[in-house]
Amino acid sequence: MHKEFLMGNAAIALGAVASGVNVVAGYPGTPSTEVLETIAKHRPDDVYVEWSVNEKAAMELAAGASYSGARTLVTMKQVGLNVASDPLMSLEYIGVKGGMVILVADDPGPISSQTEQDTRHFAAFSKLPCFDPSSAQEAYEMIQEAYEYSEKYNTPVFLRPTTRVCHGYASVSVKDPEEYTVHTPEGFVKDSKRWVIFPRLSYQNHQKIEARNVELADIFSSYEKNKIYPACDTFADSRKGIVSGGISFTYAMETLIETGMVRHLKISTPHPFPEKLAAQFLDGLDEVLCLEELDPVIERELTYICGKYHLPVKILGKLTHNTANAGENTRDSVDTYIRTFLDLPVKEQQKLTDVPPLPVRPPVLCAGCPHRASFYAVKKAMQGRKTIFCGDIGCYTLGNARPLDMVDTCLCMGAGLNIAQGVEKIEPDTACFAFVGDSTFFASAITGVVNAVYNQANMTLVVLDNSTTAMTGHQPHPGTGRTVMGEIVQKINIEQVLRGIGVQDVETVNPLDHEAAVSCVKELADKPGVKAIIFKSPCIAVTKPGTPMHVDISSCIHCKKCIRELGCPAIITEDGNVSIDSSMCTGCGLCSQICPVHAIKGGKQHD
Amino acid sequence: MIKNIVLCGVGGQGTVLASKLLAAAAMEQNIPVMSAETIGMAQRGGSVFSHVRIGEGLYSPMIAAGTADLIIGFEPGETVRMLPYLKEGGHVVVSTRAIKPVTATLSESNYDSEPMLEYLKQNVPNLTLIDADKACAEIGSSKVLNMILLGTALRTGVLDFNLEDIEHVMLRTLPEKFHAMNLQALNYTK
Repeated sequence: MHKEFLMGNAAIALGAVASGVNVVAGYPGTPSTEVLETIAKHRPDDVYVEWSVNEKAAMELAAGASYSGARTLVTMKQVGLNVASDPLMSLEYIGVKGGMVILVADDPGPISSQTEQDTRHFAAFSKLPCFDPSSAQEAYEMIQEAYEYSEKYNTPVFLRPTTRVCHGYASVSVKDPEEYTVHTPEGFVKDSKRWVIFPRLSYQNHQKIEARNVELADIFSSYEKNKIYPACDTFADSRKGIVSGGISFTYAMETLIETGMVRHLKISTPHPFPEKLAAQFLDGLDEVLCLEELDPVIERELTYICGKYHLPVKILGKLTHNTANAGENTRDSVDTYIRTFLDLPVKEQQKLTDVPPLPVRPPVLCAGCPHRASFYAVKKAMQGRKTIFCGDIGCYTLGNARPLDMVDTCLCMGAGLNIAQGVEKIEPDTACFAFVGDSTFFASAITGVVNAVYNQANMTLVVLDNSTTAMTGHQPHPGTGRTVMGEIVQKINIEQVLRGIGVQDVETVNPLDHEAAVSCVKELADKPGVKAIIFKSPCIAVTKPGTPMHVDISSCIHCKKCIRELGCPAIITEDGNVSIDSSMCTGCGLCSQICPVHAIKGGKQHD
Repeated sequence: MIKNIVLCGVGGQGTVLASKLLAAAAMEQNIPVMSAETIGMAQRGGSVFSHVRIGEGLYSPMIAAGTADLIIGFEPGETVRMLPYLKEGGHVVVSTRAIKPVTATLSESNYDSEPMLEYLKQNVPNLTLIDADKACAEIGSSKVLNMILLGTALRTGVLDFNLEDIEHVMLRTLPEKFHAMNLQALNYTK
């Protein structure tokens, strides 16, 4: 063993490698992405790693490998599990041979997600065991234990960390490579009674699953990471207790070190719930405060157990409005909950008085981002027309910010296309646009194009192709021509895909050539049917910047059109003059093309 | 004895590397360390922070309000935003250069460093201001702000390392061609 300073996600990755994982697949999504990336970086030669086209593909691939005896890991964020839920809900009945861990990172807040959904519910829904780590060290150990449970019970197992566990760093004790488990897959053994799902098999396996989960609830009652921390002398006679899970456990411990320890139960396996341990904890208490994020999963379980065992204990938490029922817990909010619960004085939060107005910094598209040019071209081309701009998931969601204001809807991965189709059914006189990034296009928009084309939609699809998966940190995808294992492969060409589906009008344009981009939009928008524009220009983070632009002060007329219309962070005002921050400017040249007096010079040229 | 540090600024300023070096220095001396930082959408020009906690008996990577021994501020407004974390008598080291948000340019609101610095002077007894533009110009690179701030922070004596500890991990972490410049930045005194 040795110590390493690791991000929670990296600890999970090294835990999987130490378990002898053979196959790893996932789709990027904050806060889960670094798990797969770390394995790709540190993998032994015989470990297969891929960024799959989406979470469903990843889970199906992992299922096949696990059927063949491999230890597998599937990684995704919480909304990714919605995409993978189809294979998940059936795999539950079939089970696996090699250990399979489904890593789903939840995002209380939410900090970078559409939803505050709770994967612990999905674990109960799919009847699968779920491990909920509270720290990087615990996550490292838990994933190794999860593989053992998975193989012992031939079932996929969830590991569900949340953002603060995923992205928190700690000094973690990890194994040396000599201590790693070596797992050699047996290979696929044909057995249609085991691997082919049929109603009769599902019925039989359903019974077995229910029996197994009762057994697991007992076993988890003595699992060392489900633990009762006894009260200290100060609270020895107290009839109050605290139950926590995940990062909230660490916040609670920090406060309890200061106040003195009351009886405290940590839940590390929210499903199957360690019922006997919980009943033992509740016995003799009058009131219990539940500290958890997202949904009141622990709280409901305890309320149920109180009923089942006739325990006169008041269970407090989200359902009783003692804790917030939305948003993430913080060190300070948990401190307040606990002190209030224990009738201790709540810490006075230092209030800043007479603070000068603080700068507001909403995230914006980077200086030089080609998405800005694409949105601006469509905006200009469609000025004065009745339009709707359906956005999608990625950096380009930021096109909603002023001054661009070019995202009217955003729902989930790949949804924009068919939302545009739906709007057009009700408002046929509206020019309907759907914007989708290249990675999202491959992940979940292709079937949407097929739907729109076959069902005779009238709309314009705009593919924002920046040759990477930018928002999550530049992962490769089928259009990039490389894999996460470093292989150079045949790119899948988006234009050919669209033509293959039957889109008649497909144009590929460089959005940074403003005039050409505008005329292309104008030309295509009025054609009937589904037509597509591919705005192709690489993300500035994956290309070398050009020479920065500069403003010729003598010819600038201070109209500030560049600032008012583009919202580029590199265009600033200094002492009343417009100027370009050369440390940010990439020389994309969009501003120089819209300046009415050509006062912005330099940068790339577009003929 | 646990030491709590907040580093704050705007995405892209180098707060993450500075917090990594602090953590590496602690690891070097076998002191437990935890940290947490902003990752994701906010990195695109938004406010960013790192919490670094060094010492025995840590559970949470996040710091409670009113408990930071030190705030290393890469930007005046962001430093004021983080002041609720500072404990009584805590130190603040701050770069005086304001970074204007796009919203300020658009709305022509006048966000400037002066009122922020004035506020810090009035509310923080242990305050060190760094003229980052001047320092970076003297060293000849705009990329060394984090090392200038880190060096200054260590000289306050709040942390239990000395400058050599950080120099040591910096030399080990960064490519050789950046060593001279960063050594100069760590040792910069106005």
